Amino acid sequence: MANSSPAKKSVLWDWLTTVDHKKIGIMYFLAGLFFFAVAGLEAILMRIQLMFPEMSFLGEQTYNELLTMHGTTMLFLAAMPLFFGFMNFVVPLQIGARDVAFPFINSLGFWLFLFGGIILNVSWFTGGAPDAAWTSYVPLSSDSPGHGVDYYVMGLQVSGAGTLMSGINFLVTIVNMRAPGMSMMRMPLFTWSTFVTSMLILFAFPALTVGLLLLMLDRIFGGAFFDVAMGGNVVIWQHLFWIFGHPEVYILILPAFGIFSEVISTFAKKRLFGYSAMVFATLIIGFLGFMVWAHHMFTVGMGPVANAIFAVATMAIAVPTGIKIFNWLLTLWGGRIRFTVANLFALAFIPSFVMGGVTGVMLATSAANYQFHDTYFVVAHFHYVIIGGSVFGIFAGTFYWWPKMFGYRLSEAWGKWFFWLFLIGFHMTFFVQHFLGLMGMPRRVASYLDGQNLNDLNFISTMGAFFMGTAFILLVINVLISRKNTENTDDPWDGRTLEWATTSPVQEYNFAQTPLVRDLDALFYEKMNGDGRMKAAEPLGDIHMPNGSILPIFIALGLSIASFGVIYYSWPVIIGGLVVTFFTMMLRSVIEDHGYNIPVSEITGEKGEDK
Amino acid sequence: MAHVDPSAPLEGRPSKETERKLKRESRTQIVSFVFMIFITSTAFLTIASDAIPTGFAIPFILLLAAVQVVMQLYYFMHMNGKGTGWVNAMIWSGLFVAAMTVAALMLLIGIVKY
Repeated sequence: MANSSPAKKSVLWDWLTTVDHKKIGIMYFLAGLFFFAVAGLEAILMRIQLMFPEMSFLGEQTYNELLTMHGTTMLFLAAMPLFFGFMNFVVPLQIGARDVAFPFINSLGFWLFLFGGIILNVSWFTGGAPDAAWTSYVPLSSDSPGHGVDYYVMGLQVSGAGTLMSGINFLVTIVNMRAPGMSMMRMPLFTWSTFVTSMLILFAFPALTVGLLLLMLDRIFGGAFFDVAMGGNVVIWQHLFWIFGHPEVYILILPAFGIFSEVISTFAKKRLFGYSAMVFATLIIGFLGFMVWAHHMFTVGMGPVANAIFAVATMAIAVPTGIKIFNWLLTLWGGRIRFTVANLFALAFIPSFVMGGVTGVMLATSAANYQFHDTYFVVAHFHYVIIGGSVFGIFAGTFYWWPKMFGYRLSEAWGKWFFWLFLIGFHMTFFVQHFLGLMGMPRRVASYLDGQNLNDLNFISTMGAFFMGTAFILLVINVLISRKNTENTDDPWDGRTLEWATTSPVQEYNFAQTPLVRDLDALFYEKMNGDGRMKAAEPLGDIHMPNGSILPIFIALGLSIASFGVIYYSWPVIIGGLVVTFFTMMLRSVIEDHGYNIPVSEITGEKGEDK
Repeated sequence: MAHVDPSAPLEGRPSKETERKLKRESRTQIVSFVFMIFITSTAFLTIASDAIPTGFAIPFILLLAAVQVVMQLYYFMHMNGKGTGWVNAMIWSGLFVAAMTVAALMLLIGIVKY
């Protein structure tokens, strides 16, 4: 039963069937990076179109499709998977666990995300991508001709199911699988932010699921939820979307906050200032994230009282965010700061994100919002928080955890070129967009007229986009040429948290013996007060591991087939796809699989924590 | 940690303490089950009889429903057991967020502008 070793597998089969959180994390990361490149390319095409007034580089329809796919891909298929990659890889290591709580579900979550992303992008080849923007407001989306928006609905539905599963998985993992001694208030901040993010996913994604379901029924099955002539209501979509959508932007920023907390404290060589305040600020941001959705809808006409309530609630979020900013500054204060690439991104994040926050408070002023609404001012604002926050966080995390994930260090020299080009390009692109917005340039429009003083700033903005594109190429080159830097990868940054107590690349079982956590920053405590190694919380014994499984791919594949059935309204395909899914789920329930044991002899042969 | 085969059958008999606890638990279950049947039938009678005005009936059965949900969660789904702190926190914050959202939507989607 539970003691046979797994048969030797080919590399491809190993990755397709893996339930190892580290491999799934790497797959999330690489898939996210791919979609990031695709969405970035879409953005550059749009910026070329806007380089000069009345350009005809792209048609209006293509522009709308690029605009929609850029937003949708960046949020759902790039930023979130990249964070999920880090969470999957790092969180079990940081809490001293051998895997996540449900390895099979973890793998299913990844494949659902990937298939959802593929469904969405197949639309490019089947007669037009979705064209109603990432918000897909009805009636624009419900009346959009062609199948584009159907792809949007089904793609997001499938990948959303995967995201929801991963979120629940992280919650259970963090509640149940912490190593002995690791109380909630000893968890590293990245684990904390993963925890809060997962809560947001758990509560926010159902609203999106419902919204997409209603839109699907309206578009394909003759429903009338958003059809005013039949007694429907179009504003319901906006509410449902933003009840999901606002927590979604916190889902994107909180993991970045977690990464910055780790990076800043490591490279300032100081314990994080105000740890408990940081934890509570994270929780409060997560909570308030559900109370402010209507600030996206100030101009819908909800009335002055509703607008005022949501304006005040929105501004309240600046308080916990401010607490976090000051805590990072005070962590740096008096620290022995090392300007590595990871830390440069963290340091650049602070002013960039504060600028985005300030324009956020400006936008929250509901009276002024009537002026800003749907102009480039909004575009500038959310790119400042998403790039200046989430993307900087992703890059900081990339440089910080790369040695652990891939077993070699990225070149610091190339990394610094990448950082400076990206930083300058980012500010060039988006700083001027504040002024474009204040001058009245509407967002989501494929062109603008000559002679309105918009030319110069748009040209600068496009140049900045080229800078960012070039910077990204430097990152790719860096990844390729740094493969020889394999020395000093176990703990290259003098790390503070448990993931740096493992070897690089990490053993399949993470820790030969579950570590005993004696303080916050567990590893650093042992370095200062112990012998620099984690104390073991258990005797050395056989390690029980789960078997890999090919079933998640088939579950996800069945749902994708059913999605295509829905898109092209073919009942046989829908039923066929669902049969595949449910049959595979039944197989999963029927087949007994108790995993396998790694014997002690194999573990001592290549012991996990020794350096 | 010893590695136990999770599929192995349990051996031996439960202790006296465990037996007492199981007995107490099954009594609670039966009592709450009877009480829930009572609540359900009260709700049914409220609607079925003509004596009770609609204006009273609707909030009344909603109240009964809320009581039943809470009992369901605590007595049947064992949210009152040990080590359920996080479950409680999550369920209640989820209910809170959902209730706030529904209440706000009821106010905001209507014809009246606030």
